[in-house]
Amino acid sequence: MYKYDQYDQAMVDTRVAEFRDQTARRIAGKMTEDQFKPLRLQNGLYLQLHAYMLRVAVPYGTLSSAQMRVLGDIADKYDRGYGHFTTRQNIQYNWIKLDEAPDILADLAKVEMHAIQTSGNCIRNISSDQYAGAAADELVDPRPYAELLRQWSSFHPEFLALPRKFKIAVIASDTDRAAMRLHDIGIQIVRNSAGELGCAFYVGGGMGRTPMIAPLIRDFVPLDQLITYSEACLRVYNRYGRRDNKYKARIKILVHEIGKEEYSRQVEEEFAHLLAQGIEPPIAELERIIPYFADPAYEAGASDTLDRSDPDFALWVDHNCHAHKQPGYMIATISLKPVGGIPGDASADQIRLMADLGRDYSFDELRVTHAQNIVLPHVRKADLHALWQALDAAGLGTPNLDAIGDIIACPGLDYCSLANARSIPIAQKISERFAAQDRSDRIGELKLKISGCINACGHHHAGHIGILGVDRKGTENYQLSLGGCEGADTSLGQITGPGFSEDGVVDAVEKVTDVYLANKQGEERFLDTYRRIGMAPFKEALYD
Amino acid sequence: MTEVQLRFRDDAPVNDPALPLGSLSEASNAAAVRIEPGEDARALLPHLDRIKLVEISFPAFTDGRGYSSARILREAGYTGELRACGDVLVDQLGLMRRCGFDSFAPAAPLDVADAEVALSRWADVYQAAADGRAPIWKKRHG
Repeated sequence: MYKYDQYDQAMVDTRVAEFRDQTARRIAGKMTEDQFKPLRLQNGLYLQLHAYMLRVAVPYGTLSSAQMRVLGDIADKYDRGYGHFTTRQNIQYNWIKLDEAPDILADLAKVEMHAIQTSGNCIRNISSDQYAGAAADELVDPRPYAELLRQWSSFHPEFLALPRKFKIAVIASDTDRAAMRLHDIGIQIVRNSAGELGCAFYVGGGMGRTPMIAPLIRDFVPLDQLITYSEACLRVYNRYGRRDNKYKARIKILVHEIGKEEYSRQVEEEFAHLLAQGIEPPIAELERIIPYFADPAYEAGASDTLDRSDPDFALWVDHNCHAHKQPGYMIATISLKPVGGIPGDASADQIRLMADLGRDYSFDELRVTHAQNIVLPHVRKADLHALWQALDAAGLGTPNLDAIGDIIACPGLDYCSLANARSIPIAQKISERFAAQDRSDRIGELKLKISGCINACGHHHAGHIGILGVDRKGTENYQLSLGGCEGADTSLGQITGPGFSEDGVVDAVEKVTDVYLANKQGEERFLDTYRRIGMAPFKEALYD
Repeated sequence: MTEVQLRFRDDAPVNDPALPLGSLSEASNAAAVRIEPGEDARALLPHLDRIKLVEISFPAFTDGRGYSSARILREAGYTGELRACGDVLVDQLGLMRRCGFDSFAPAAPLDVADAEVALSRWADVYQAAADGRAPIWKKRHG
């Protein structure tokens, strides 16, 4: 994985010193809270309901075991012994003191980490495919391109006071595991008919209160123009994105209002102008970055057989392991969704254990997924059983990847100052309702996503079943939607009808799964059945 | 008009009142112009050869359109004074310098010592911008 050189290290060290100075000036009363707020946000620090929350960047979701270990230590030293992995492949701490925040950033900088631009109206942490470098279906590893974009977007002087936040995802396979088209910019690395690599740009996707699937703006940007084209996309947005209403300020609204043809025309014009400005790093910079993401030293001839005699182990492998491009290896996902647990939460001890397991079984590497789980990307099949035993003993062996218990949920009203309703207790009740393994297995792949407000941090629009918490006359009320999906066949969920109470929505989810099981044909997943039979039978079961 | 507190130029200050961008075509001799956030800096390009001062207005420091306006003017070859006016704060000075501003007229005077620290903090930069600084990729590859 990527290693900082002296320049990268100096940049994060300087950032720590800068934020220490800014915090001191704020505490000394030399800045108002309004003046300080964008500065702290761009260092990942939110003021939440009960305390400050710090969001640490995990660029493209990739971590070394040393970095993971420090994340566990921070949970102990500065928080209440927990970390919360997020849908943006980051980690958040919910109980932070303002005056300790610069010390946390200094601890992070020692292991080449930071919280730069994890919040605020700027280009956020770049996300990517959690199976990058390991998946059998990828064209190339997308992460070097994400790293190039990380450096370009960090402290970009023109783009730190954008109309609104700006999220970029980079993938390099046709199977989209990063919800690429639900980002402000989604980039897919592709090969053109001449055999050259380049970037397809999708611009103007997003969730929030107006979910949009990003249209294709340009099918091929040569690799040596990637930064210049990105800069053109951002400049048009910075100049013309709406600033009169924060709910209409994302780039998706601009692209929607002027149309993708007009937006791309403006980008092309700016791009032509910027190409003459010499802002593109030389291709040698990309070539410098790429070797950091070279394959690890796989064992040649590693055994490709798996002893499945332990049924619990076999169950976990079937649910949580994914094919690897290298014979004899698999990609293992650690579910952070135990029955009745808080989705994405891990204790300091669990985080350190995962760090050790990444070191011992996965060439020192771990990934955070946008579904709030942890991936060990390169595990020998021969080591899988030992890995599973260690995970299972620590409560990390839940075999429910992509099943109904693998719920994405935002922090909701338990923590978040924006939320209208709680998300976590709903997730806990649903996972308890479907806790029986045979029941979950009958339902199969079902992506259930819960947001505690319209900002949609829990990605409910993209859930096969989505739940949105709203405030209705002072009571929490939950709207149900069906048929959302991220990936190559991205679709947005449709609302079933009137909302439900907290317990009512758990019953409603059960009714919906019953309709699916009664109508399922052959190997259909929930989503397939829904797409075939439509909303009507579900509505009938829910409201008649 | 607010007073210039910081200036990074050796030439004599321009004292002409800055005219609104929209009135420029009639006032053909004007040497100073003011650009508001919603205005297109490129409308100024036909007149650039006689302009000596461009004031870019920041009614709120959170509105970043002025950063793009500044870079667009520098990219078009404008070498006159480029002044940031209004809600200009210590922690935005360095970014504004990178986008080509070379004078500052903050609505509320800045702490001079804090401003100096902020302006000299970053030894290196990741991007090419309007200040001619060599980005890190340039230093890596020559």
